[in-house]
Amino acid sequence: MPHLAVNDLRAKYGALEVLKGVSFSMEKGQVVALVGPSGSGKSTVLRTLVGLTPVSGGSVTIHGDEIRYSNAASVRRARDQMAIVFQQYNLFQNMRIIDNVTVAPTKIKKRPKAEARADAERLLAMVGLADKLNAFPDQLSGGQQQRVAIARALALHPEILLLDEVTSALDPELVNEVLDTIRRLATEGMTMILVSHEMAFVREVADKVIFMDSGAVVEEGLPEQLFDAPKTDRAREFFGKILRH
Amino acid sequence: MERILEQIPRFFTTDNMALLLQSAGLTLAMTLTGCLIGFGLAFVLVYLRQMPGLWALPLRVVCITYVEVFRRIPFIVVIYLVLFFIQTVASDASLFTIAVISICIYAIAYTADIIRGGLESVPVTQTEAARAMNFGRLRTLVTVTLPQAWPVILPPAIAFAVSFIKDTALVSQIGVFELTFRGKELNNQGYSGILVFGTIAMCYFLMSFPLSMLGQYLEKRLATPRGERSARKIRRA
Repeated sequence: MPHLAVNDLRAKYGALEVLKGVSFSMEKGQVVALVGPSGSGKSTVLRTLVGLTPVSGGSVTIHGDEIRYSNAASVRRARDQMAIVFQQYNLFQNMRIIDNVTVAPTKIKKRPKAEARADAERLLAMVGLADKLNAFPDQLSGGQQQRVAIARALALHPEILLLDEVTSALDPELVNEVLDTIRRLATEGMTMILVSHEMAFVREVADKVIFMDSGAVVEEGLPEQLFDAPKTDRAREFFGKILRH
Repeated sequence: MERILEQIPRFFTTDNMALLLQSAGLTLAMTLTGCLIGFGLAFVLVYLRQMPGLWALPLRVVCITYVEVFRRIPFIVVIYLVLFFIQTVASDASLFTIAVISICIYAIAYTADIIRGGLESVPVTQTEAARAMNFGRLRTLVTVTLPQAWPVILPPAIAFAVSFIKDTALVSQIGVFELTFRGKELNNQGYSGILVFGTIAMCYFLMSFPLSMLGQYLEKRLATPRGERSARKIRRA
């Protein structure tokens, strides 16, 4: 049984169908990369998974358990198992770094304060920010904020970590510090779905690459397969354009 | 002019001043009680107004209608409405209660829009991050949105309360012994109108000026809660 199975997932923004039946599956410990042109629906896949964009059809199962997005309790369970990191970090601006990381574990998951704090300190040390516990988000650089966001997501101990273009908003010189963190998670066996434009990085860490265009999966396969010998014309055109330089 | 000068020693007696002070206190008490309760209830109204789902539609309609209607009615009309309504259901209600209820009703309508604007000034991505971590609506509001909205909400809310100190003069129309009512009384006793209302104008100023200053102080403090924040905000803008 796959860890996560997405079958014919559909989503609409008003009349515009942004996901026209997306299907893929992944095993525990895998890193799956969603790639494709802007507006192809990659980020929408992640947003629908955590119930931020309404699903209009299809099914999502985790460990064979179907998530019913029309049911609040079912959505809560899905959010219990998946944590998302956003392109713009979305750290709570009114809270110190340590509070950003501990607020959900203590208030939502009801874990003891001391335990949550120790966990948060460990995670923040892991992303190299042990000295910023008491800073506010806007006192940090983009790369630092994004690493905090990753620590905040990890503090929820998700089954699956969703990374939505987490380096796209960063200055080029800050990209690597975030990628290093993700690389490390990949080697530790974290199950991840990442939406990314960093093709070299995707090739390095992904076990499977899914190429999407206009709301549908065009082709999927191993990174080498997709990047070096794409089967479809659309994928050939896309990778031809972006991998040339 | 001579008449005024001649009246001054007679007017500024301890008795008269005590009366004025008492009325000023009443004005202040009415305004603060009404505005504070109204401000609190406005939060409830905004929360109800943002309830999602079809079943909450009637609730949303009621909330929106309330705000739109009461913002378009003169305060004096609200006072009379409350007066006659209360007198039919509870004839022994004090005029003070009626005044406070009127202020409350009016304050809810005005501050609800201030609160809504403040909450909407917080980027929706903050709410999304909270939702994705299973925060409920109330918890998101209390721990994430509201703390970020205070700097936007408080200055106009305080300005509203301060300006309302003078608008409460209208409740003198139903006979509440507030400042303006007292003024009319003293004037009727034969004191010069210029003298009486000049003093009363001074009283209103002395009440609202410190509150305005407090508002400005809070505004400044809220805008710079921590180190670099304000500087960055300006740079970003």
